[in-house]
Amino acid sequence: MLKLKSITPLGADEARVDRFTGLTITEVTERALVSLTARNDQADAIRDKARGLLGIDLPDIGDSAMGNIRSVFWIGPESWMIDMPYSGNEYLARQVKQAMGDSASVVEQTDGWCRFDLEGATMNSVLERLCNADSANLAERAVTRTQIHHLGCFLWRQKDGFAVFGPRSSAASLHHALLQAAQSVC
Amino acid sequence: MIINHPLLGPRDAQEFTYLGDASLIHRPDWQGEDASGQFHDYLYLRDNLAGQHRELWFHEVGDRSWLVVTRNTLTHEITNVELARDVARREGRGK
Repeated sequence: MLKLKSITPLGADEARVDRFTGLTITEVTERALVSLTARNDQADAIRDKARGLLGIDLPDIGDSAMGNIRSVFWIGPESWMIDMPYSGNEYLARQVKQAMGDSASVVEQTDGWCRFDLEGATMNSVLERLCNADSANLAERAVTRTQIHHLGCFLWRQKDGFAVFGPRSSAASLHHALLQAAQSVC
Repeated sequence: MIINHPLLGPRDAQEFTYLGDASLIHRPDWQGEDASGQFHDYLYLRDNLAGQHRELWFHEVGDRSWLVVTRNTLTHEITNVELARDVARREGRGK
């Protein structure tokens, strides 16, 4: 039998945590991601189906719906990302596709992205050095895509901080950029 | 340069990539009898306007939407921005 072990986007066994004065950068793993995009003229239909499947309303432009377990954030016109714990939702894409049928295109995004959560008093100072997004004025739950270190990243305002999603294959580059900015601020 | 995205508001042009003339929306019918000539014109003939120009931009580092931006090529002033999807439907290209 093959002895396989999962590694984090940064290539380690355990998710990494970097602590600075006034900032904590936490690598977040164990999340299942699925993108959901309405097909032509099917947006209303998938809103109903998503409500039935997830129990939450698909959010409007630049917004997210955050539940205790399930969250959905807006990623584009009639397009959303579903975020859930990986454990117990290994087949999330299949479940969503079955529920949506031909009314939506569903794409497995787990492992396509890495995620770093930023928390602390200096998080806005760090982000304003890294991207165009006006992080200080993003309301709770707001989400936007922006460029960090030449990478297209989602910036998602959570209750206590930010979640930054970047392409997993560039996780080390994104992490490096976050650390560099943090070192210059903290 | 700032592009006033119809959904997201003002965004820096560095978030976008430029494709070209918005007439590219009107792709010829590949099964038409004169498809060869039509595609020649579609691919190679462009109006090179000094003034108002409708062009396709892609919000690559954003919401990944295609936009039709009306820009003055002399002043770079942007007078109108629409989702390319809406323009295409209005012009009879939507399926």
